[in-house]
Amino acid sequence: MLSRTANDLFWMSRQVERAENTARMIDITYRMSMLPYRVMEPGEKWAEPWAVPLVITGLATAYYQQYPEVTPENVLRFIVLDPTNASSIYCMLHDARENARAQRGAIAVEMWESLNATWLEIRGKTYEDIAGGVSEFFDWVKDRSHLFRGVTFGTMLRDEAYKFIRLGTFLERADNTARILDVKYHTLLPSVQDVGGAVDYYQWSALLRSVSAFNPYRKIYRDVITPRRVAELLVLREDMPRSLHACMNEIYSIVSAVTEGRKLEPERLAGEIHAQLHYGRVEKIFEQGLHEYLLDFLNQINQLNDEINRHFLVPVYE
Amino acid sequence: MTSTITSTLSQEQHQQQGGRPSPVFYDEMRGLDGEVLPHYREYQEWLGSIPADRLKQKRHEAEVMFHRTGITFAVYGDEGGTERLIPFDIVPRILAAEEWVLLEQGLRQRVLALNKFLHDVYHEQAILKEGIIPPRRVTENAEYRPVMQGLDVHNDIYAHVAGVDIVRAGRGEFYVLEDNLRVPSGVSYMLEDRKVMMRLFPELFARYQVAPVDHYPDLLLDTLRQAAPEGVADPTVALLTPGQYNSAYFEHTFLAQQMGIELVEGQDLFVRDETVYMRTTSGPRRVDVIYRRIDDDFLDPKVFRSDSMLGVPGLFSAYKAGRVTLANAIGTGLADDKSIYPHVPDMIRFYLAEEPILNNVPTYQLRKKEDMQYTLEHLEELVVKEVHGSGGYGMLVGPASTAAQRAEFRERILEHPDKYIAQPTLALSTCPTFVESGIAPRHIDLRPFVLSGKDIRMVPGGLCRVAMREGSLVVNSSQGGGTKDTWVLEA
Repeated sequence: MLSRTANDLFWMSRQVERAENTARMIDITYRMSMLPYRVMEPGEKWAEPWAVPLVITGLATAYYQQYPEVTPENVLRFIVLDPTNASSIYCMLHDARENARAQRGAIAVEMWESLNATWLEIRGKTYEDIAGGVSEFFDWVKDRSHLFRGVTFGTMLRDEAYKFIRLGTFLERADNTARILDVKYHTLLPSVQDVGGAVDYYQWSALLRSVSAFNPYRKIYRDVITPRRVAELLVLREDMPRSLHACMNEIYSIVSAVTEGRKLEPERLAGEIHAQLHYGRVEKIFEQGLHEYLLDFLNQINQLNDEINRHFLVPVYE
Repeated sequence: MTSTITSTLSQEQHQQQGGRPSPVFYDEMRGLDGEVLPHYREYQEWLGSIPADRLKQKRHEAEVMFHRTGITFAVYGDEGGTERLIPFDIVPRILAAEEWVLLEQGLRQRVLALNKFLHDVYHEQAILKEGIIPPRRVTENAEYRPVMQGLDVHNDIYAHVAGVDIVRAGRGEFYVLEDNLRVPSGVSYMLEDRKVMMRLFPELFARYQVAPVDHYPDLLLDTLRQAAPEGVADPTVALLTPGQYNSAYFEHTFLAQQMGIELVEGQDLFVRDETVYMRTTSGPRRVDVIYRRIDDDFLDPKVFRSDSMLGVPGLFSAYKAGRVTLANAIGTGLADDKSIYPHVPDMIRFYLAEEPILNNVPTYQLRKKEDMQYTLEHLEELVVKEVHGSGGYGMLVGPASTAAQRAEFRERILEHPDKYIAQPTLALSTCPTFVESGIAPRHIDLRPFVLSGKDIRMVPGGLCRVAMREGSLVVNSSQGGGTKDTWVLEA
């Protein structure tokens, strides 16, 4: 298929997935902000709950160019509705819809209708609408994303276009899960005396909830929440749909399929990342340090993204 | 879709009416004398039995169908996300079998001669040497492309797709208003109109033997494949679009999908070793035939407009080397230019040794002294058009003009007589149309699409455009013009 088509479709699903992940993150932030918290390192602006989503998404710099300080209202305005912030939920849903429109011929009618309806709805929302029902709004974003994915899964021909749509979803999801996990571990890690305390518990449980992993954790471990188990669950377990391993299973199989037997770097690299997760052990990860491990992973995912661009989505031949 | 048709009462009809100012037009259903014509009788009977409410409901159903399939036009208001529908009229235009036979013969003849003219002009120029068309008409024409001189195109075909605008006037004679040989559009509406009519009124299709049109994409694809460079057994065909902000983008996606070919933009193509490739996820893939819906000027920034972002650098070099076919060829705009139009009947005589079957609208060429004299004396009755203008720009509609406008045009004509032609205003035919007040006559035209490959093919009928406002003669979609399904009855 045309590279431009593949690229539009890849980004269409990536933007929907990113909008969903942003909603998950902010929703958790909102819930956590209702808990008592302490500024761990006085003077560091990010050390409060509403700064966390800015750190995770890497948007803190852009934020401070527009807003002097972190307040719930400012963060909500910036991350949800700001049309000048290309990573706001508003812009993501707009861009996803534009990409779908450009490629209406390549996707199922229901997919276009779903994205178009989502856009038409968020287009009319004001800050007051959202502040009046924060969690309801984020549930709506999640629902729209679930719906879109379900419609895609349920209606679309399993052709190449479908593969690139799914590839966008899982690359974005892998990136996001790694970021969320890293921020909790690295940024919010409480001082030693707080480990095992109430704040620690709420933070870990909030993190698990943000990736729909709280109940699975209970089911699998039937025990207290420990960082090691959380890492195992979200990095190594392939039966957890948002874990790195689960994402890489999908990514590797899709990249292999679209490679069509050629010898290309994206397939090799995806295979390498996949193998690390498939054969990895949690002890080894903690020997290296979870933060370092996740940084490595994010770098590799980035590289993989570049290689996919170079070979499939925006190839340069001249 | 940019041609504009105009008409007022002709002298003759004034007299028929005993000088009364109410105009009489040939009506597709009732001719001139008011009696329902044989090929409309069955429809008229059916229509009489249908309550107006039911028609309204059918019209609403049609609208819903068009919205759902997304058949829209006009530039998307980006933030508004608005899409406009072209009004669709549920009363068909019906052509009797013998009327279509005549039209089809006339169209074949005309398009054949136009292709021969283009080949001649870009090679031997016999028609110029014989003095049938003044050489300056061609060589000084803005649409003449010197880069095409001496260049051979596959099968000598230049206009693979032609959309010839035809009107009916006077006592029902057909006139060719314009030969669109560049990138004629509208065929998607023809196809969708039929689909919707068959869904709305299956009972009518059971009563009438209507010639089918839905194989048009197959014929088009076959024509394009035939145009592939010599030696290419299984050609790759692509449709080149200016992109999603073009007003005909819907049609581009529609046709590409119907033919199962890739819809490409300039950025999707590149040229290496005089060969055109698409960028695909499986690597570069050679393209043999490009059905381009981009004007000549924007095709290749290395040869034509250097600021074009829509084209493909180097495309012309591949074209010149015979490694890719462009449909239509470069330089076809010369043959549908208004200054060449008056010569088409002579072309038919010169190349085919036949008399033209379809009429040309008589045209005064203002570079000729006596024509200019006549035009200046009769500005009130004539339509004056700029030779290179289109879409109704730079035009004077005499009967609807003010004295000041006529004075202004008089000066413009005197200054540059070469730039203008004049034509008598035609009494355009009307067709019954379902409007707010019920069924009423509205003016129409017809654009059949003519495909030239090893032979000339077309589907019976074409796109019928209708001026929805009472008395209006402008069928342009941008001016509230609508479309109708055209039925050609099987003999």
